[in-house]
Amino acid sequence: MNTRTVSSVVNRLDWTLITSYILLMLIGWITIYSAAYNPEKPNIFDFSMTYGKQFVWMIVSLFLAFIIINASSKIFSVFAYFYFFLTILMLILVFFFAKEVNGAKAWIDLGFFRLQPSEFAKLSTALVLSQFISELDSNLSNPKNLLLGIGICILPMGLVLAQHDMGSALVFLSFFFLLNRFGMSNYIIFAGFFLIIISILSLVLPPFVLIGMMFLLVLIFVFLNRNNRDINQIFTVGVIAILFVGVYSYSIDFVVKKLDRHQQDRINVLLGKGGNDWNVRQSKIAIGAGQIYGKGFKKGTQSKGNFLPAKDTDFIFCTIGEEWGFIGSVLVIGLMVFIMLRILYLAEKQKSKFAKVYGYAIVCILMIHYLINIGMTLGLVPVIGIPLPALSYGGSSLISFTVMIFAFIRMDSEKWIY
Amino acid sequence: MQDIFLERIRMFHGVIITFTIFFIIRLAFIQLIDDKNLEKSRNNAIKELIEYPSRGEIFDRKFRLMVHNQNLYEILVTPLEVEKGIDSAMLCSDLGIDFAYYTEIMRKARKTSVYKPYVFLKQVSAENHHRFQEHIFKYKGFYGQTRSIRAYPYSTGALLFGDISEIDSSQIKAFAAEGVNKYDYQSGDYIGKNGIELSYEKYLRGERGQTVVIVDAFNRIKGSYSNGEYDRKPKSGNDLIASIDVDLQNLGEELLTQKIGAIVAIEPSTGEVLAMCSSPTFDPNLLTGRSRNKYYPKLLLNKYKPLYNRAIQGTYPPGSTFKAITGLVSLQMGAIGPNFGYSCPGYYSIGRKSVKCSHRHPSCRNIEEGLTQSCNPYFCQVFRNAIEVPNSKRMQLDYDRWFRNIRRFGYGIKLGVDIKNEKRGNVPDTTYYNKVYNSSWRPTTVISLGIGQGEILATPLQMANSYCIIANRGYFITPHIIKRISMNGSLVVNKEYMRKITVPIAPTYYNHVIDGLESVVLRGTARSSAIDGIALCGKTGTAQNPHGEDHSLFVGFAPKDNPKIVVACIVENGGGGGGLAAPIVSLMVEKYLKGEIPSNRQGLKDRIKNRHIINFQLEDEPKPINEHKDSLVRRQ
Repeated sequence: MNTRTVSSVVNRLDWTLITSYILLMLIGWITIYSAAYNPEKPNIFDFSMTYGKQFVWMIVSLFLAFIIINASSKIFSVFAYFYFFLTILMLILVFFFAKEVNGAKAWIDLGFFRLQPSEFAKLSTALVLSQFISELDSNLSNPKNLLLGIGICILPMGLVLAQHDMGSALVFLSFFFLLNRFGMSNYIIFAGFFLIIISILSLVLPPFVLIGMMFLLVLIFVFLNRNNRDINQIFTVGVIAILFVGVYSYSIDFVVKKLDRHQQDRINVLLGKGGNDWNVRQSKIAIGAGQIYGKGFKKGTQSKGNFLPAKDTDFIFCTIGEEWGFIGSVLVIGLMVFIMLRILYLAEKQKSKFAKVYGYAIVCILMIHYLINIGMTLGLVPVIGIPLPALSYGGSSLISFTVMIFAFIRMDSEKWIY
Repeated sequence: MQDIFLERIRMFHGVIITFTIFFIIRLAFIQLIDDKNLEKSRNNAIKELIEYPSRGEIFDRKFRLMVHNQNLYEILVTPLEVEKGIDSAMLCSDLGIDFAYYTEIMRKARKTSVYKPYVFLKQVSAENHHRFQEHIFKYKGFYGQTRSIRAYPYSTGALLFGDISEIDSSQIKAFAAEGVNKYDYQSGDYIGKNGIELSYEKYLRGERGQTVVIVDAFNRIKGSYSNGEYDRKPKSGNDLIASIDVDLQNLGEELLTQKIGAIVAIEPSTGEVLAMCSSPTFDPNLLTGRSRNKYYPKLLLNKYKPLYNRAIQGTYPPGSTFKAITGLVSLQMGAIGPNFGYSCPGYYSIGRKSVKCSHRHPSCRNIEEGLTQSCNPYFCQVFRNAIEVPNSKRMQLDYDRWFRNIRRFGYGIKLGVDIKNEKRGNVPDTTYYNKVYNSSWRPTTVISLGIGQGEILATPLQMANSYCIIANRGYFITPHIIKRISMNGSLVVNKEYMRKITVPIAPTYYNHVIDGLESVVLRGTARSSAIDGIALCGKTGTAQNPHGEDHSLFVGFAPKDNPKIVVACIVENGGGGGGLAAPIVSLMVEKYLKGEIPSNRQGLKDRIKNRHIINFQLEDEPKPINEHKDSLVRRQ
């Protein structure tokens, strides 16, 4: 490889995205240092502390990013199925070698490193879905294709659910947005939203109220469409919907009781029904205490006093809120949103279908992490263990996200070639 | 290939932007609008550790330490930190508690909060604390903290100094109602409950200090908050110098052993109280530390009321001791001259009733002789002269004049001594008699007032104070127990206790009365109480008591010229004034003026001390002490 080609690769990279991502990663590292700060080990490079370790993972991640930039972009599309197979195998192995952390059995202890296969499964599923969709001769409105696509999502999702890893399961569910983007019927997404709304409502309201509301809704809809040719069909769908809501709202209680105790707790807390709301309370206190400008670097008492659980992992946003206030929080949120919108923008410019689908796939992953994690710390979503991309402490997650992003950057750098 | 689903990118944009707007609104709400979170985070993480100030100490007039602080220990427990395998049996034995107590307190502590320290045991002795500290590594979650209690090396002056105890919540509320944080008391603070501890509370208490620290969720201290910017050192309370003479106080309490009564000794020129004894009394050390819980109820319920300070709260008819006052007032009112004579027939008849004289004696040629013989008919006549002027319409006006003069001697009013709950006693006014006798009363109706009987009641303090006026020939200074307050290294005097309050009676009248009081001791009713080389002047009193034996009274001062000490003594049911009260006063005076009671008078002292009128007991029947050890021995 001569100098000219190297420099041309460098020129074709999307430096905006790279800069934003590395900035996010650095913010994460500094915040971990502040959140987990131990006065006896004040060195940010102390490898016995999470901040020291995170530095190592950052170096490893950037090293992998460097390799990816210099490798062929083909390694992702060609070996997509192989990676997928490998991570599924790891997910199965977890059942035999798992180490239980916080109620979830999701780690394989390699001694120097606690491998979390679900983090890599997210990446490999994104790759395999991109490969699958880009190779289709028609689109996903074809039921056979759709079922295959859904199957690819469901397989790892089922495995992580069996490991009680609710957060990762939701990530695989987020690929439905991807399927929708490439042809899955809008109705399925709407039905999904509808289901979520009904679920929340049926947890809050008694079933007969819900059925009554649904009944009214159908009546109004039928009335508005009374001159429509398909009035009979609409009417039938309405009746089915009412019946469904009835059965669903009665069975949701049953389902909730089937959930783990702590999951029930988290739902109840969110609905204001009591339960152990320590996490949510402390997280709101931490963020709220930041006020407009924050308490300042390393001055957050909520994280340093261990009032916040998982202060350097899932609840890292609280430390940002407490120490950098409203301004800092909005800037960090803004940076994350910018990264997602940038990837979407770049994805649309891709000549390669694989790269395009892949861009959307990683936006799905980033988006669900962002929504659930921030929503959880702000008390809008039940507490679900899911890291904040590039910010939360964790080797598997940081490496996986970095590889994920730089794979896209590498593909993007070739968008003019095809 | 044409992307027919291109517009579906809007789904992504929509979801991301909608949620982000939600997030920012939510952030704005909890960070900008809801301002309670900062406070909550401070409450979470910032703890103020209280450092209790050491309470002011109290010295006697010769700077001997009478009340000081002694460190005791408190054991705290944080339930969360207590390990399952804790050796609770060993802990109990180290602290001298039983297992039932352990389980009970642990249950309460867990109920309160598993994270926060709970007071496990209060007022642990140094010995128990030492044993606890030796094994502390085995008692994870338990730790000690020092707290100080009062100690009284002379075991004297229980009611005088009063006691302290933890402030109760109702009192804190009452203070709070008076004004926001006016007194800044918190639960756990000690406050004076009575006596000097109560009236000088604001000087004694000092100021709490605090160390502000950052704690974590398990209440472990992580370090100083804001580099100690808000830390304050506790400020000790002001020390007090009492006018009490410990030796005199001790002697007084000793002489009153197993008697009900009181002694008040005052330095007349300054109004400084030299001793104030109330009997029965108790060792003030019993009301400190853990023994307080045991003894306080016993003292409260005891039939002899040992918590009742008879020196300022006990009201007694002053009896014949009052004759000196009657004489002075009557002389000043012009009712009699100093050479007023009256031949005692042995009784003084008032209608069908009569006032008897206590003994047969020659007729009284003047007031000196009247006092010497303590002649009842003489003073009945003197009193009658004072309030019965020939024109009978003026009788009530004359009584009023007499009444006002008596008040000037401090009878029937609160003197304003520096401990609370002083009683005012009683001197009836015309309104009272008009009400009782339906306005038809005559001098003979109230004749017994002239000899200190009837409705008139006075506290031993009032009696002593009235003799201060005589000793000073016309003035007194409000009696007080604290003479100096130590402030910033200098001793400050309370101005109120510097002011002379004069009683306008001609000096010659004082001299006549004082001569009479001297001869009471030389050849009168108290002649057995004369002191070698000291001119003691005084007056016996035998207050009739419908419930039993007469109360024995004596009030006197010495020396005659330039008096240094006034002592009033009452012994309930002690019989005649010359028998018990007079020798007690003479011993007190001798001790104070000579510093020692000579050997020839030690016998008298012991006789008085061993004269037991009551049987006052605080201890129950003694239990076999080594019960526990014995059972161990038997088992072996």
